[in-house]
Amino acid sequence: MEGLLGNLAIGFVEVFKLKTITLLGATLPNFPLNIVVCFIGVLLGTLIGVLPGVGPVATIAMLLPVTFNLDPIAALIMLAGIYYGAQYGGSTTAILVNLPGESSSVVTCLDGYQMARQGRAGPALATAALGSFFAGCVATLVVAAFAPPLAEVALKFGPAEYFSLMVLGLVSAVVLAHGSLLKAIAMVILGLLLGLVGTDVNSGVLRFAFGIPELADGIGFVTVAMGMFGVAEIVGNLEYKGAREVFTKKVTHLWPTKDDFKRIWAPVLRGTALGSALGILPGGGALLASFGAYTLEKKVSKYAREFGKGAIEGVAAPESANNAGAQTSFIPLLTLGIPSNPVMALMIGAMMIQGIAPGPQVMSERPQLFWGMIVSMWVGNLMLVVLNLPLIGMWIKLLTVPYRFLYPSILLFMCIGVYSISNQPFDALLMAFFGLLGYVCVKLECEPAPSILGFILGPLMEENLRRAMLLSRGDPTVFVDPVHKPISFGFLLVAAILLVVIALPALRKKREEVFVAEEQT
Amino acid sequence: MKIKGPKDFWAGLMFIAFGLFFVAVAVGTPEFLDRIAGQKLIPGYQFGSAVRMGPAYFPIVLGGLLAFLGALVLIDSLAEEGPKVPRFHFRPLIFIIASCLAFAYLLKPLGLVIAGVVLVFVGAFGGHEFKWKEVAILAVVLAIFSVLVFVYALTLPFPIWPEFAS
Repeated sequence: MEGLLGNLAIGFVEVFKLKTITLLGATLPNFPLNIVVCFIGVLLGTLIGVLPGVGPVATIAMLLPVTFNLDPIAALIMLAGIYYGAQYGGSTTAILVNLPGESSSVVTCLDGYQMARQGRAGPALATAALGSFFAGCVATLVVAAFAPPLAEVALKFGPAEYFSLMVLGLVSAVVLAHGSLLKAIAMVILGLLLGLVGTDVNSGVLRFAFGIPELADGIGFVTVAMGMFGVAEIVGNLEYKGAREVFTKKVTHLWPTKDDFKRIWAPVLRGTALGSALGILPGGGALLASFGAYTLEKKVSKYAREFGKGAIEGVAAPESANNAGAQTSFIPLLTLGIPSNPVMALMIGAMMIQGIAPGPQVMSERPQLFWGMIVSMWVGNLMLVVLNLPLIGMWIKLLTVPYRFLYPSILLFMCIGVYSISNQPFDALLMAFFGLLGYVCVKLECEPAPSILGFILGPLMEENLRRAMLLSRGDPTVFVDPVHKPISFGFLLVAAILLVVIALPALRKKREEVFVAEEQT
Repeated sequence: MKIKGPKDFWAGLMFIAFGLFFVAVAVGTPEFLDRIAGQKLIPGYQFGSAVRMGPAYFPIVLGGLLAFLGALVLIDSLAEEGPKVPRFHFRPLIFIIASCLAFAYLLKPLGLVIAGVVLVFVGAFGGHEFKWKEVAILAVVLAIFSVLVFVYALTLPFPIWPEFAS
């Protein structure tokens, strides 16, 4: 406990540290850089959360090159702020427009919008913000408490354990993808393969580069993410002649009633607990957390019958859960160096750009960075409550900005971002290619998210596989040896169980269909 | 043979193509083809062994797996009814991609302002409504904003104006 407090103190000192920075050629001494970037992060996060059709993946990818010039701590604080900030903003759009501003607020639409129609938009918004804040505070503590022991364990991992852990992470990503299991696995493998483009570290051979010098360092992660998520998303959005109706009626009576408070405290607690747990899982994160919490609440709530008709619990639980999940999904990133979702994969990219190798050693080698980031999450959550409650009117106004103004702006910022990676037009060409690929994949119902994870893990997996096989003298059973490598064995076992469990209902369904067909003939 | 699930059919085909592509490049062209061509067409990489994996090992295994999964998806699409492929909207696709490329290739010679304005105009053609006045205002505002933020505040090394003008 004392250790924890000491660590949090390191974090607070770091977050509030005054630094000397250079802005517009002027040197500013005593500038609270970390606080300011935290604010910029959560502000941007809320902004993209509010705007439907702009997700955190594309935004973070867009801003990655901008963070090159920041120091590592400031860069990571800002990027993290965008992610959890988006969870706050997403609920505003869900409640007022019945559109998920952010994918994780899909379920908030169900009851939140109904509440708005009944003239209770204010309490719905307040519940979402307060629930998120509570969840954010708890999740920050969860990260602080669970990360150190986990990193301790992870320090003992060898290449075999890492390889198996990555397999588990990828399998979890597959399990969570919509639609066909086969296609999701295929997308992961496609991502892994694309990740291998570039110079092979072991042999120095240039792989899949086709004589293009720009590919020698591999395909930039930012480029892939912006193409597959950013460009493809914009094209997808332009297909629909979106006539969205905004609930522009004045939002009054923000504060929930006493009765509301009585009804929401338990769902908020449950949502926070479930969200924190689901966020830690590889492949987890905000999206899974909010769906899980809504389903759970519907099962256990006294007011189950009101769900879908404006039950305040249906807002409180998923909104708490998605914020908790967004924050605890930093645990696998910070302790294992393994991303659990595409946003975390981008964070890994950001760390590598800053010259930090993600993994369990980050906590011991750079405690300021680690604890500063955790404390910044708490500070950021506090800022978000202020941003989202008193300033809600500003965001509502923003919702009335038509998409035809938004997308050229996003496009321009993306292009500037991608161009600034290496100051070559080639990256934009690659981005266009991945935009096309992403669009085709969406049309063919192949979710791009798992392939992004594969992309970042590809080289790491190959490296660890090679090392493990070298150490075991070519014996592949090293990964599933329950006596000598129990951890690796455990990871693969869980991965196998997950796959079987997911495959089973599909199998059953298919069999049922066959039976039905037989009966008909 | 009838394609019952077009979506899966094309998805499967795409996976097979990608898988075989990676395998083919990693393996290289077989000798008889090289002899016909009179030169080494695709050099390929060393496979190595399980103990010391060469640069071709992992890509060949993964590429093979991808092609195999693609084949499963494809076979499935022949056996089972599935959804149709939704219509491709070429207008936004072409204009959005064109605007990105135009920006990237115009930035060095013409500077951020002109490249940005071109991007906004080309991109706006991909939308549903195109009003000259609106787009012009948007383009100018965005150009000024990006010069201020990206060139002045964030000091990205972009030229603002064409080389010959400055």
